[in-house]
Amino acid sequence: MSIEISNVSKRFGSFVALDDVSVSIPSGQLTALLGPSGGGKSTLLRIIAGLEQADSGSVRIEGVDATGLPPQKRNVGFVFQHYAAFKHMSVRRNVAFGLEIRRRPKAEIRERVDELLRLVHLEQFGDRLPAQLSGGQRQRMALARALAVEPTVLLLDEPFGALDAKVRKELRDWLRRLHDEVHVTTVFVTHDQEEALEVADEIVVINDGRIEQIGTPDELYDAPANDFVMRFLGPVTQLGDQLVRPHDLVIHTGDPEPGAVTGQVSRITRIGFEIRVEVTTGDQVVVVTLTRTRFRALDIEEGRRCGSGWRPRRSLTRCASVEEARCRSRHAVTTPSGR
Amino acid sequence: MTTATLAPDRSATRRSARGGRRLDRYSGLGLGVAMLWFSLLVLIPLTAVVVTASEGGWGGFWDAVTNEQTAAAIRLTVGTALGVTVVNVVMGTLIAWVLVRDRFFGKRLLEILIDIPFALPTIVAGLVLLSLYGPESPLGIDVHNTRIAVFLAFLFVTLPFIVRTVQPVLAELDREVEEAAASLGASRFTTFRRIILPSLTPAIAAGAALSFARGVSEYGSLVLLSGNLPMRTEVTSVRILSSIENDNLDNASAVAAVLLAISFAVIVILDIIQRRVIRRG
Repeated sequence: MSIEISNVSKRFGSFVALDDVSVSIPSGQLTALLGPSGGGKSTLLRIIAGLEQADSGSVRIEGVDATGLPPQKRNVGFVFQHYAAFKHMSVRRNVAFGLEIRRRPKAEIRERVDELLRLVHLEQFGDRLPAQLSGGQRQRMALARALAVEPTVLLLDEPFGALDAKVRKELRDWLRRLHDEVHVTTVFVTHDQEEALEVADEIVVINDGRIEQIGTPDELYDAPANDFVMRFLGPVTQLGDQLVRPHDLVIHTGDPEPGAVTGQVSRITRIGFEIRVEVTTGDQVVVVTLTRTRFRALDIEEGRRCGSGWRPRRSLTRCASVEEARCRSRHAVTTPSGR
Repeated sequence: MTTATLAPDRSATRRSARGGRRLDRYSGLGLGVAMLWFSLLVLIPLTAVVVTASEGGWGGFWDAVTNEQTAAAIRLTVGTALGVTVVNVVMGTLIAWVLVRDRFFGKRLLEILIDIPFALPTIVAGLVLLSLYGPESPLGIDVHNTRIAVFLAFLFVTLPFIVRTVQPVLAELDREVEEAAASLGASRFTTFRRIILPSLTPAIAAGAALSFARGVSEYGSLVLLSGNLPMRTEVTSVRILSSIENDNLDNASAVAAVLLAISFAVIVILDIIQRRVIRRG
């Protein structure tokens, strides 16, 4: 284990940012700290970096007790959401900063900076000032700067949070590829579940200063430990008193199958490649998402009254018990009230 | 305060020289008004000083400036103003740092007190200094009739300049930049020298220029305490006044022209230093 966090607590005044958190972060992997803002994930990252002191508990990095060490001595690379670029220095000098502090020979620094600029695709921008770069380029520069000192762990605090959606997606893919190349133990904080699911080898879900669940993206998505994790990792809908994923449900027209719930289709929305169908059952609105192909096959168009029963597509034991009711469904447009 | 109003001039000329962009009607009007205002208040009076100074011819000018008593006054004034500015660069930055970064009891009060030298009529400041550090000093410190009195008076009136120019810049600095430097291994001192100082330098330079200019022009706060002894504690403003009182306007203008040249040179040098520091990072 590369980073060992034991019983760490941190308060800011009366606000509890972290409440007795223990977690082990494996070597060489890309780990995401995922959770809503204000949940304590950034605080945890800053405690690992030494930028914040824990009130109690300990932090070990690669077997060394780092609890009392200042940030300078931890050999971690830190990347901030808002780049934290040294504005008066060129891109090259930004990247070289950590090496200059370590008093490496000039030739070595030049070589290493060249190598890093190639790695982050900024070879042509070495002599520019940070202000002359785009947000994505600035963040790549910050990453190169953090990697320059060959850190034991690389910590990224919402690294793509300040970028627009398209650049964010590009950088996310790029970070994954970079990590496969460099293999440094990496921890990044994000509130974006898609980002975490796509990039991370392991996800630590943090909420309200506590860890909700730790696992691979698959484990978290398929077997969430609780409703919070389930809700946070993807879309959910309420079926009876259970939470299910909208795409795990299927709609049937015609005779209801045993174990299915009946209801009325109250709304149909098309979002890109998928169709969102809202089915009203009693006082609940259940959301089902379908592919366009399945939707066409079902034939629940405007003006047609048809019954539809539905059940979970997968064998979700969580839902089995509540599927006793039956539902009939009509199209929203013909009966706007939905009943 | 002559030099304070010099600042817009520098940027204005630089812009028109470099820009080459055509001015639209409104910015043309703005520039016209600014230049007119500036000419009336600064350029024409300054030119008048230089013209008056040159009326006696080069010989007259040289005689006036090299007059032993005048030269001593210029040396004292410029030397003390420079010394005070150096002290202010350090102390002003330090005070600004404390005001921005630290929390302590009485901080608000200190914030207000800093501006007192701005607000006080300088002769009142002189009176305060005289009663504190004069012959009847309750502290037992008597600097009456010494050069220290001049230094002290300059220090008092120039205190707020650097504090007030540095403070807002320091408050706006991104703390994450310092954290980034720390995690890259930079000590606090290195972070200050290589990251914070370059960001503060333009503000420090601007404050230093104001501080120097104010020192050179100071009169009210020191006349009481310094005693205005020729060759010892007489500053140029006092010297100029006495020249005028003796109906020697040429002499007064010559000294004024020299001060003008020195102030200009100091401001240019400060600007060069500032650029150097920023580039070196």
